[in-house]
Amino acid sequence: MQKITSVTGAAVPMKRSNVDTDQIIPAVFLKRVTRTGFEDALFANWRQDPEFVLNKPEFAHGGVLIAGPDFGTGSSREHAVWALRDFGFTAVLSPRFGDIFRSNAGKQGLLAGQITEAEVEHIWQMIDEDPGVQITVDLVERTASIGEYTISIGIDDYTRWRLLEGLDDIGLTLRDEARITEFESRRESWRPKTLPVK
Amino acid sequence: MNTAAKTATAPRTLAQKVWDDHVVVPGSDGAPDLIYIDLHLLHEVTSPQAFDGLRLANRPLRRPDLSIATEDHNTPTLEIHKPIADPVSRTQIDTLRANTAEYGVRLHSLGDIEQGIVHIIGPQLGLTQPGLTVVCGDSHTSTHGAFGAIAIGIGTSEVEHVMATQTLPLKPFKTMAINVEGALRPGVTAKDIILAVIAKIGTGGGQGYVLEYRGSAIRALSMEGRMTICNMSIEAGARAGMIAPDETTYRYLEGRAHAPAGQDWDDALAYWKTLPTDEGAVFDAEVFIDADELEPFVTWGTNPGQGVPLSEVVPDPSTIDDPNERSAAERALVYMDLEAGTPMKQIRVDTVFIGSCTNSRVEDLRAAAEIVKGHTKADNLRVMVVPGSARVRIEAEAEGIDKIFTDFGAEWRFAGCSMCLGMNPDQLAPGERCASTSNRNFEGRQGKGGRTHLVSPLVAAATAIRGTLSSPWDIEQDAAATETRNT
Repeated sequence: MQKITSVTGAAVPMKRSNVDTDQIIPAVFLKRVTRTGFEDALFANWRQDPEFVLNKPEFAHGGVLIAGPDFGTGSSREHAVWALRDFGFTAVLSPRFGDIFRSNAGKQGLLAGQITEAEVEHIWQMIDEDPGVQITVDLVERTASIGEYTISIGIDDYTRWRLLEGLDDIGLTLRDEARITEFESRRESWRPKTLPVK
Repeated sequence: MNTAAKTATAPRTLAQKVWDDHVVVPGSDGAPDLIYIDLHLLHEVTSPQAFDGLRLANRPLRRPDLSIATEDHNTPTLEIHKPIADPVSRTQIDTLRANTAEYGVRLHSLGDIEQGIVHIIGPQLGLTQPGLTVVCGDSHTSTHGAFGAIAIGIGTSEVEHVMATQTLPLKPFKTMAINVEGALRPGVTAKDIILAVIAKIGTGGGQGYVLEYRGSAIRALSMEGRMTICNMSIEAGARAGMIAPDETTYRYLEGRAHAPAGQDWDDALAYWKTLPTDEGAVFDAEVFIDADELEPFVTWGTNPGQGVPLSEVVPDPSTIDDPNERSAAERALVYMDLEAGTPMKQIRVDTVFIGSCTNSRVEDLRAAAEIVKGHTKADNLRVMVVPGSARVRIEAEAEGIDKIFTDFGAEWRFAGCSMCLGMNPDQLAPGERCASTSNRNFEGRQGKGGRTHLVSPLVAAATAIRGTLSSPWDIEQDAAATETRNT
């Protein structure tokens, strides 16, 4: 994974709460077997409305999504993160995230930062006043800034460290392979196995 | 696992005990614990990219003997002997078949007696057991927590991680006790309990927690009912829900294909009995629900927290204090084409769907069949019944349940996820309204423009008879009224 220290892009308002992963990417787009090329699927149903935010030219290339509470609830589909990333989003800021979405984002280098509802409202207002305004999310400092307006963002230490270092989770875990093997040697015989088929 | 080592520690919860017994490498300095995974369930939608990743990195799949795959999300529920018509779905299924063959993973394909929704087949095979860690690239993996396992939905990167290492780096969860005391009235089910829980704590209420469902109403439930409850923990925002194992759990498991046997059974049982939360253990949060008071529940909106007792009316958004919830409610009413103040029971539906990992076990089908028996479905309504697995279908047929449904006018389908998420041809048309025993009423979930009301199998059955959202109590009243007229 690439190292990430900060990202900058247009602040894009998503003025809704409870944006579930079925909205981020409807299930019909989950039939693909690839990991890229999901940009057309992002918010596919909502994008049919010409007034939808991503249909406005200033937001049509993604950036940093500023969303209402409970963003990414519902299904475990990592495709939701891939679709946001493929469309051009590098970060999402929201007061609350679905647990699995947040975890998936951390694995794919999409910054999921927690900010307060009041801060979300304030940024929405700044965007209304200046559509296309740029926001920088700084992972080192754990801040988000629009011009002079700077707020801190919540992101857990471990995810931050992995993103800053660009570390691959599987590679990290395999450094402990001997301990996994030792653990397995103590596994009780009653614990189930799928093979042989019974 | 190290099951004997833990003695004389502070009182612990069920979740803490299972967690502690799976720590391979404890985290330090804010790093997560490395947790061993006992059982990895796979299906066609969230696994192809993970297999690809494994292949690219030239890594083996560490434990094929702790992995099992099935085909469920994309599969048709009619004419399953024919090739899958949608070429993209077919490719995904073919990819799973090729990947599982290459990596030596057991697969139950369409047509196999053990094929079915991934969360139905784990318990059915006896693979889902107390004290395990279970993962799957599907958020409704929480279902397996009904046995006293820590069972969580994971993303595709994590699927690949488990394939390669049989572990996951995970931060410990907080714990929340959901205490449900009292006795459910006839006609009120596990589904109504969980819909009431979600309406109470909200779709974000469980974020960061493992929920432990406790209390006399939970103890009184069958394993099927417990699975329904744990299944929808994710709709309350929690990645996992759990119920302590007890005699009900052991009776369900004993004799199943992959349940322990002989000395292993005795050893397992001795361990399982140590798992329930200790007296004096402290939860990070607690919620109380009075089971005596519960009624059949139904959702009116587009998230699972937007629900009310069936006897109530569509709520008025202007009475909601929280601005986000208010605007969500306003938006939901527009999408659902409902007006505030309308009695829920006046809402007419076009489709009734009985199925999904929430409510497609034989007990669910039996309960719905008991209600529709001897009736004919309402006019202009379609009723789809989709068993959770091929085995459930066969068991139901042995009891004559299929005949009751087809006589009623319902379609009796083959097993799969079907209209719960409409990845196969089973979808709602735009504007179509559905009473569904599934778990998500999100916009477009069951088909673009479709409108979903989440209900129990009993409410689904009663609704199919009357054509409007109805409880089993309404059917009884209708019958009593008919009897009075006839005497």
